[in-house]
Amino acid sequence: MKILVCISHVPDTTSKINFSDNNTKFDPTGVQFVINPNDEFGLTRAMWFKEKQGAQVTVANVGGADTEPTLRKALAIGADEAIRVNMPATDGFSVAKQLANVVKDGGYDLVIAGRESIDYNGGMVPGMIAGLIGANFVNNCIGLEVDGTSAKAVREIDGGKESVSTSLPLVIGGQKGLVEESDLRIPNMRGIMMARKKPLTVVEPVAVSAETSSVAFEKPAPKGAVTLVSPDNLDELVNLLHNEAKVI
Amino acid sequence: MSVLVYTESEQGNFKKGALEVASYAKAVANQLGTTVTAVAINANDTSALGNYGVDKVLNISNAQLDNFNANAYAAAIKQAAEQESAQVVIVSSSANSKYLAPLLAVGLNAGYVSNVVEAPSSTSPFTVKRTAFTNKAFETTQINTDIKIVGVSNNAFGLVENTGSASAEAFSPSIPELGVTVESVDKATDKVTIADAEIVVSGGRGLKGPENWGMIEELAEVLGAATACSKPVSDLGWRPHSEHVGQTGKPVASNLYIAIGISGAIQHLAGINASKVKVVINTDPEAPFFKAADYGVVGDAFQVVPELIEKLKAFKAQQ
Repeated sequence: MKILVCISHVPDTTSKINFSDNNTKFDPTGVQFVINPNDEFGLTRAMWFKEKQGAQVTVANVGGADTEPTLRKALAIGADEAIRVNMPATDGFSVAKQLANVVKDGGYDLVIAGRESIDYNGGMVPGMIAGLIGANFVNNCIGLEVDGTSAKAVREIDGGKESVSTSLPLVIGGQKGLVEESDLRIPNMRGIMMARKKPLTVVEPVAVSAETSSVAFEKPAPKGAVTLVSPDNLDELVNLLHNEAKVI
Repeated sequence: MSVLVYTESEQGNFKKGALEVASYAKAVANQLGTTVTAVAINANDTSALGNYGVDKVLNISNAQLDNFNANAYAAAIKQAAEQESAQVVIVSSSANSKYLAPLLAVGLNAGYVSNVVEAPSSTSPFTVKRTAFTNKAFETTQINTDIKIVGVSNNAFGLVENTGSASAEAFSPSIPELGVTVESVDKATDKVTIADAEIVVSGGRGLKGPENWGMIEELAEVLGAATACSKPVSDLGWRPHSEHVGQTGKPVASNLYIAIGISGAIQHLAGINASKVKVVINTDPEAPFFKAADYGVVGDAFQVVPELIEKLKAFKAQQ
């Protein structure tokens, strides 16, 4: 089985988010970048398929050369090779088109992507890849088993979960539950050394036009201080929620 | 030319989110000077949609669509969009709508923007405001394609009533191969889901053990709220993973979020920050949640929550 894990290069959750060029661009100054958490759960599940079922695991990212350390980290965790499509990731649809092209060229059976990236939160790349290559698609995937060309998956739904059966080729929009947080791997020294020698191929993008474009960013208005209510005066809390906040 | 809206139903009844996206579709149609057509799949009674601005309903009734299937639902909505020459397609932020929207975008070759919080600021170019960076920022995005798909964030636009009535006609799209077959569904049907809830009551490790969740459930029941929990609580197995809210769990965008015994780790706040009003109850006045909350009670949950339940019961009895 050939697996492609799509890796998004995103600011760490604890990063302060700032914008430059008159609030039209994200400012990466001083930001630590990580593998998108939803992708990391998928990568770890792919490692399981590699170790138990002999799968071959490739990681791919759409981005500039600055995203390569994130791909190297994925190699250090255990992926066999990496592909970087040399294009800034501007919008979800064009990223999906680039990745769909990588999938077609490489003949992957299973594509694992995170359900959404924690930067732009578009939540569209996995589904669009599936639509573009005509593969089956399971979103919000919290469990996956593959046996030959058939697959069983568990999907989180509003208020519960659902078990589904499907077949390869398959695209997964993955999240926590594919593996647990305690299963995530920190690259060890040997992995880091080996990652330096693993192939990282840079491919040029196919021509795409941006279906959507970012115009401007703004930060939410600063929040006012919390209104503290004494635990001995909860009538006041009920009153505030009813008359001031108008939410009950 | 029209605005098409997918109005989601469950067991034949419209979800509140369906009426909210219908309200949003009406606002867009007013801006464009056109009408709203809704697509309803296996819904019992579509007359309510007229009260929220829908002019026409395409009623799909098909036993193959009894279980949600993203491929089949996306194909059905695509055919409706083509029949109506829809210029804009509106969907909600439910798990199912977010599942089908990217497939629909590929099918219609349409630009898709998710997590939209306001009516378009302009229709030419078509520009909408959405949340990004896990609620740390807003992004204004322009959709450049002929057909536009807008995913509206839960509880962002609200319900806008309209005086009108919707005509209904049967619609029979062709259904593609499903590809994914539902084997079993594990879902509590008597509870409000986090996605649909206007109020969410959430508990953290401060509650000390799963046996103490009775008061959380009672508070939720009094308020008609959904129950949720922090990541450590779901990791410890005190509550099911489907209740975990936060960055790696479910996103919350409720009108009121009540956090009990939750310190407010940045990953937790990232997932719930889209909620309009936040209340925190915690013994530790230094808990980071107090910086993110609108109202706070520094106190012991085991005293505060039962008393709050009594006060709310009295309040509800008065209403």
